Amino acid sequence: MKTARILLTLVFIALLATPLAIKRLSAGHEIARGTLDTKAAVARYGFYLEEVARSSGVNFIHQAPTLDRQLDHIMPQVASMGAAVSIVDFDRDGWADIYVTNSGEGSKNSLYRNMGDGSFSDVAAKLGVADLNQAGTGVSMGAVWGDYDNDGYEDLFLYKWGRPELFHNDAGRAFTRVTDKAGLPSWVNANTAVWFDFDSDGLLDLFLGGYYAEDVDLWHLKTTRMMPESFEYAKNGGRKYLFHNLRNGLFEEVSQKVGIDTRRWALAATAADLRGTGHPDLFIANDYGISELYVNDGKRFRDFGRQAGVGFSPKSGMNAAVGDILNQGQYAIYVSNISEEGVLIQGNNLWVPKQGTAGDSLQYDNLARAMDVELGGWSFGAQFGDLNNDGNLDLYLVNGYVSANRNTNYWYDFSKIAGGNSTIISDAAHWPAMEGRSLSGYQQKRAWLNDGTGKFINVAQAVGATDTYDGRAVALVDLWNRGVLDVVVANQRAPLLIYKNTVTPDNQWIDFELEGTASNRSAIGAEVRLFRNGQQQVQQVSGGSGFCAQNQRQLHFGLGKQPRLEKAEIRWPSGKVETIKTLVAGQRYKIKESQ
Amino acid sequence: MNQLTSEPVLTQPLEMPRSRKIRLDPRYVPPLFITCILLVGHLFYGILESYDKTTLAIVAAIVTEMVLGRIFFGKWINLASAYITGISVGILLRSPALWPFALCSVISIMSKYVLRVKARGRDGVFTGRHIWNPSNFGICVLLFLASDTVASLSIQWGNFKWPLLVIWILGSIIIWRARRFHISAVYVVSFFLFAFIRSWITADPWQAEIAPITGPMYQLFVFFMITDPKTTVRSRTGQCVVAFCVALVEMFMRLNQVIYAPLYALFIVGPTAMLIDLWLESRRATAANATT
Repeated sequence: MKTARILLTLVFIALLATPLAIKRLSAGHEIARGTLDTKAAVARYGFYLEEVARSSGVNFIHQAPTLDRQLDHIMPQVASMGAAVSIVDFDRDGWADIYVTNSGEGSKNSLYRNMGDGSFSDVAAKLGVADLNQAGTGVSMGAVWGDYDNDGYEDLFLYKWGRPELFHNDAGRAFTRVTDKAGLPSWVNANTAVWFDFDSDGLLDLFLGGYYAEDVDLWHLKTTRMMPESFEYAKNGGRKYLFHNLRNGLFEEVSQKVGIDTRRWALAATAADLRGTGHPDLFIANDYGISELYVNDGKRFRDFGRQAGVGFSPKSGMNAAVGDILNQGQYAIYVSNISEEGVLIQGNNLWVPKQGTAGDSLQYDNLARAMDVELGGWSFGAQFGDLNNDGNLDLYLVNGYVSANRNTNYWYDFSKIAGGNSTIISDAAHWPAMEGRSLSGYQQKRAWLNDGTGKFINVAQAVGATDTYDGRAVALVDLWNRGVLDVVVANQRAPLLIYKNTVTPDNQWIDFELEGTASNRSAIGAEVRLFRNGQQQVQQVSGGSGFCAQNQRQLHFGLGKQPRLEKAEIRWPSGKVETIKTLVAGQRYKIKESQ
Repeated sequence: MNQLTSEPVLTQPLEMPRSRKIRLDPRYVPPLFITCILLVGHLFYGILESYDKTTLAIVAAIVTEMVLGRIFFGKWINLASAYITGISVGILLRSPALWPFALCSVISIMSKYVLRVKARGRDGVFTGRHIWNPSNFGICVLLFLASDTVASLSIQWGNFKWPLLVIWILGSIIIWRARRFHISAVYVVSFFLFAFIRSWITADPWQAEIAPITGPMYQLFVFFMITDPKTTVRSRTGQCVVAFCVALVEMFMRLNQVIYAPLYALFIVGPTAMLIDLWLESRRATAANATT
């Protein structure tokens, strides 16, 4: 018995040491910090990033709003969003431009025209899309671009905590405000919008997701009971809108009619044909609750989240991006959440389709932990893209909530109130004052490289992504037409960053720039399925993804070394399928949908 | 049986007086109650991250108890205690990973067999007693050592007041019948008292200070952890003093912004009180033996 007791004690000690051992083992998946060695980074990871915003003439610094004085004590965390970035070639000159939103009252949004010589010029004021944060109209939260009238030029939809705005692009020479004609609501506290053609009629429709309830004017609060009623089960957020495009610049709000009726706190949404039915489904990542997946049967939507396994565990969803990470022709969905060591470990979700499931049998597994993309701090925007052109989609994530005093943090008070009953948590007056404290501030970003075998490795520090700003939106774009994805990051109360990407020339690439004819002209929703080396990778043109972001429209495929290109299959939103059999690496293919 | 290794019997199920009307073995009332809380919470609000994790925690606790009970006491011991430990771990622990649930349950149960002190009873016989509430020990260990992977439940289950009220009333009735209501009552009253004191000191809204006790973590803490018969002192007055001390230590921890203050306070105060109680008991036994 004595021997058994000694053995038991030893086993007990070993078990106590187990978490430390696991921590040590998992630390091996992180690349050590250090100064950027570009040669080593290219040799090891195939790329490095260099921040060039200022040297490119981009000196944008985001300003946060100042809301009702009743929120003064928690202002940094309430006024914590609004830095957004979307990519567009608004003047069709072949160079990607950058639109960024600002959120201080009276602050200006910027449209950085890509001059093609490595520099940018802010033309927002000249074109009439800068001064959009005037007092009384709310402030910008994000923007998405889509050619709603199929005239060949991308139009601008701006969503705000305030009055949403639609601007018609007049052939890249000016923008005309068409909000009133379009029939948009007078006030929505929105944090997400997506262009997509839900009924495949060749016209882009628009989803708009409310965060705070639409009767809340954050500058003139009638009551302080405007906070979420629960940290994980809140249903008192803003309503959702689906604007059906009726042609001629007219839209009809049809959300309830087509089955989208939710008041969860939407922070991100994206549309993609997740089930392989030819109709774009809608995924909504909600703060303070479960994610929602509305599957599209062509004319109506069904809430499919629970059935698919993604709408079960409530977290703090802040991102929705899709990518074929396993080169198997199906999209995984990445949802960012909150993880703070010792306090709250929600873990981000990487929803990967279960093998053999599609259509109404579609089921997802959360493989974030297995693939090492689970812990990203207080995560916000993330996008999939092949950063090193090795043929596998990588994942870039930004994070950090409130970076204030480095030596004190608000987590204790936050956790205290987060556990309170709805009558307590829903009233801002009950929230303890932040008093200059940080809340998951100064966090390091993640550049997760996909090794192609189901594992990601964070190389952010080693490749030069070293900022610790409060990152919100991230967009991937080939800014200088070099066949690589650069990274543009919008930070809250901080500078816009442009990480110029340098990729090993050994890895090749191919791009597709699509234009719809029977389909919407932006080709949003079109898919390219590229077959190479016996594998396939599918990508789609998106009308908004990540958090308050939109990537470039053209589709970029990394090919790795000496690729054997087989064919590209293009499926247009109209249902047409076209195949290109002769493909050459290192080319951008401009493809117009055949009539 | 070895005198130093008395069976760790049931750790958490409360000894309920028998009723003529209710034929259910009283030891199974608390496990049934906690199961009801879990089921209602999950069916209405989906509180469990997954069935896998809770099931794993329960199975790990039960298997560990069966194996260790068999090895050290040579018989199959009642598993109600292990079930409560497992289900408490399944509810209170939050982690995206599976392993913490199994590890926490195993450590919790094992602590009953490893972390024992020799105590001399009034009859002069030495017995071994564990001094930590098992799930409190296991969860605190995981929070200390695996803070990058686990956290404790600190949010509401849904937003409605009625389920909350029903749980508090039912829990109080069960605790009352188990003659342990005074422990919970003293703790709750002390918590509110200290919440207002904290509010006065920090100038934070009093609603924020009382917010935590409206959450489900406290329901489990108040009904199942601090009332654990095997890890509380024997006298009724002592039990009240200990409950008060837990709330007091918790207040100081909260003033220092310790997030899991109640769990840590019990982790410190519980065993300390037990050791003092055992020492006093031993002295009394020695004195009694000397006089006889």
